[in-house]
Amino acid sequence: MVANEAELRSLMRAGLQGDAAAYRVLLSRLSANLRAYYKGRLARIGRSATEAEDLTQEALMAIHTRRHTYDPSAPLLPWVHAIARYKLIDHLRQTRALMSDVPVENAEDLLAQDDHTATESAYDVKGMLNQLPEKMRRTIQLTKLEGLSVAEAASRCNMSESDVKISVHRGMKALMASVARKRVPQ
Amino acid sequence: MRTDELIELLSTNVEPVDHRQTVRSIHIAIAAGVVVALGVVFFALGPRADLTSAGAWIPALFKIAATAVLLVPASIFLIRLARPGGEYGTPTALIALPFIAIMVLAVISLVSAPGSHWKGLILSDDWLECLISIPLIAIVPFAVITWAVRQMAPTDLARAGAFVGLVAGCVSAIGYAFHCVDDSVPFFAVWFGGTIALCTFAGWKLGPKLLRW
Repeated sequence: MVANEAELRSLMRAGLQGDAAAYRVLLSRLSANLRAYYKGRLARIGRSATEAEDLTQEALMAIHTRRHTYDPSAPLLPWVHAIARYKLIDHLRQTRALMSDVPVENAEDLLAQDDHTATESAYDVKGMLNQLPEKMRRTIQLTKLEGLSVAEAASRCNMSESDVKISVHRGMKALMASVARKRVPQ
Repeated sequence: MRTDELIELLSTNVEPVDHRQTVRSIHIAIAAGVVVALGVVFFALGPRADLTSAGAWIPALFKIAATAVLLVPASIFLIRLARPGGEYGTPTALIALPFIAIMVLAVISLVSAPGSHWKGLILSDDWLECLISIPLIAIVPFAVITWAVRQMAPTDLARAGAFVGLVAGCVSAIGYAFHCVDDSVPFFAVWFGGTIALCTFAGWKLGPKLLRW
């Protein structure tokens, strides 16, 4: 358990400095923990696996957009757990469940893993991507989906590198915000 | 969408981030709040007329120092509460200690005065002005600090909100101390302490609405 924490923390630190490979490993490890966490919590109140997958993705997006709030000198899992639990409570509040459905817990509740990735969430991110302004859509398409470097995307779009970075940053923010809004209360 | 597609999207060309930037923006928000509060007091209310004499500076500085004793730990706790999970292991109840210390000083000062003076020591001419001014001056600092704290994604919104209110109240009281001509310790304890507590309560109520992310 402690080894797990230390390893995830070093992946996070590398990710915060822009190490994409470490960051990818971190997110996919955390997604297994999050999936198990949400499935466990939601199954108790009779919710579906799709809902657990929605929340897993939402928590991943929150971890991503709020990664600057992680203090690298502090343990990582309590930070992730706080976000996961916040998103769960927020979700249950929006779907009108009782707060008493959420039991008292601590960060160790996040240690179980579930690698069952076949379930899809209800989000259509590519569809939402198409609704973004053209410049944001195209820069995200190139750097995030096709994996081009910022420099390559800049020359492809006839933009400066800093414009590409700004456009991607704003576009990702808008994308995450539209996902958060699209959540349909059941 | 499948989760591994999302992970791909988030991690490809991930931008480096500066984790110190958010703490910095809370510091800047608090400092901006102090500037706003001082600006309102000096330009709208006007500083106390006798501010040229040492006899006025000493009680004014006492009020400022006593409020700062509350503001500094409140800001430290606020920065901890502002992060996800910051509410765990943050002994926020300790913030009552400076309040209690001021109340003890006030009681000592009352006990050492004759009973017939008590009313004058607590209820002097400007208690109403103090009661209204401190919360009013706190509004802009409160809004600025709320904005900065929301960037840090707090997960205990009521508690984080209470500390935003507390910090904004202290910031406002520090500004108001330059205007307030009432120098008795019991007055300070009741009316400064009371209005700061009121700001804290307002923040606690507003936090869950304003700090949601």
